[in-house]
Amino acid sequence: MREMAFLPALLALAAAAWAQPEQPDSTASPAQDAQTFESMFEAVCVTDAPNDDGGALEVSWTLSGSASPPDSIRILATPEGGEEFEAGWVLPGTDLFSLSGLEDGVPCSITLEAWAGGSPVSRSDAASATPSAQWFHSRRIGMFVITVLLAAVIFWYINRGKSGRPLFIREIAGLSAVDDAVGRATEMGRPVLYIPGIMDMDDIQTIASMVILGRVAAKTAEYGANLLVPNTRSVVMSVAQEVVKESYLQAGRPDAYRRENINYLTDDQFGYAAGVDGIMVRQRPAAIFLLGTFYAESLILAETGKSVGAIQIAGTAMPSQLPFFIAACDYTLIGEELFAASAYLSREPKLLGSLKGQDVAKLVIMLIIVIGVLASTAGTWWEPANRVADLLRFLTHVE
Amino acid sequence: MRLVLPLIVTFICGMLMILQFFIPHRPFSLLGEELSDWYMIVASAAIFLGVVNLVQVHLMKISQRARNWQYSPVVLLGFFVMTAAGAVWGVEEGRPFDYMFQNMVVPMGATMFSLLAFFVASAAFRAFRSSNWRATLLLLSAFIVMLGRVPIGDMIWRLFPGAASGAHPNLVSEVAEWLMQVPNMAGQRAVMIGAALGVVATSLRMIFGIERSYLGGAE
Repeated sequence: MREMAFLPALLALAAAAWAQPEQPDSTASPAQDAQTFESMFEAVCVTDAPNDDGGALEVSWTLSGSASPPDSIRILATPEGGEEFEAGWVLPGTDLFSLSGLEDGVPCSITLEAWAGGSPVSRSDAASATPSAQWFHSRRIGMFVITVLLAAVIFWYINRGKSGRPLFIREIAGLSAVDDAVGRATEMGRPVLYIPGIMDMDDIQTIASMVILGRVAAKTAEYGANLLVPNTRSVVMSVAQEVVKESYLQAGRPDAYRRENINYLTDDQFGYAAGVDGIMVRQRPAAIFLLGTFYAESLILAETGKSVGAIQIAGTAMPSQLPFFIAACDYTLIGEELFAASAYLSREPKLLGSLKGQDVAKLVIMLIIVIGVLASTAGTWWEPANRVADLLRFLTHVE
Repeated sequence: MRLVLPLIVTFICGMLMILQFFIPHRPFSLLGEELSDWYMIVASAAIFLGVVNLVQVHLMKISQRARNWQYSPVVLLGFFVMTAAGAVWGVEEGRPFDYMFQNMVVPMGATMFSLLAFFVASAAFRAFRSSNWRATLLLLSAFIVMLGRVPIGDMIWRLFPGAASGAHPNLVSEVAEWLMQVPNMAGQRAVMIGAALGVVATSLRMIFGIERSYLGGAE
């Protein structure tokens, strides 16, 4: 547990950040720079834009309730030592303007000009602030703490896995059936069809699918089954070719690798569905893997696969497509199981350790949800519980 | 080196993407966009790989008279005609490319999409006919949700004595909405939380080189 010793400090940091009120910009605090105008602008407040990479200010104002609203408002900016320039125009009803392109560390004065009937009718006093860049996104501290905690738990279990301690991982039926599916295809003399979803390589589900493809390809190489991988993206095709080639090399069967079997069909969603359906009907694969990101084509593919009598293993993290796969496929990997597949299939201790860490992290999140619900409920009559609920809200808030 | 270099690239890119999420300061703020732009450039260039693969595979099928080779000339004809039409006359509205796209590609896509109705029917029939209590629950929920999504559901409910003047004249649609917003939403969120954790774990495994099977499982 020594590795986890820094976690209380991290939590203390988050709690301190949560407890600390947000500091207004020093040069533009309402007390110093907010200008009160009796005519049209009641208050003008200029602050440094929060959590940005610098060069930006935020201007907010309120109009006098007694004055009739102008046709438009002109924002004028004057950097220190520079000339006044027009930063922009806004329509009445707007009370916030973001100004960018300024120089960090140089104070900038902002003046508002109300226009009506084609000419200026009122001008506010200048309010100034100094733009600066921030080194840490203050609204993402909670997310940072959670990320570090999750990473720490996962790494701790990876180390535990490497040390050789036994780890219990529940059985995932869909993954246990991979051997059977490939074996069935080999016995029947029919191909294995692997569909890696319809998204590109920048999608994490496609990446997870490529990792599983490596494991499935190793099995097909070992069993001598024919593996078909039609793709809807060129980059995915290139990666799939390399992954399958490496797996065949590792299995000692480079001669069995067929580059033309990992091919590109089309980028069009339903064109791809039609192409894959055609492959299913003509080649009648005995095993079909549908692993990755799917949209409306999921049921078209799964039902066609069902109609040709293939054993189907599907997996996706798209909640809206899961019911279709569950209805049409023999096994379905639900959400996280898709990402667990590679570790589960490899049985490598360190990868299994990461799975265990993932499960513990899930337990922590479940606890946070339960504590949050209880604290929020109890907070209606007991203030300290409300503080706990607020802390949890801060930790789980993402901007 | 063959293994180490991809691992280093993965580590650096992965860490940069994590850092740019938490650090708004330059240069981190620009790196995320920069890497995304690089990916777009690589992906755009890779389209040619796909095109070359498509042409190669189908030419090979034709030359070898492989099984079902008769479909390959149709693919190549479609590909070259569309490419030529776009290259010669442009892709603007009213040009041959646009005409073929609107009158051939779009209807064919719509045809594939409309097949979904039949597949939904067959999949639903199979899901509902299973004789266990979960399938029965699913059937009942689906029946209420479908009925609650159309006006006739509440109309039928109001035919019951006292229903129209009662506290819940739109009970069917209210129950359908509750089923969608509470049990269904809770299930979806559970899947999403699990998937998000899976994403974090997978990313960490790849960034830190623990997962290497995408490099061919090399150790």
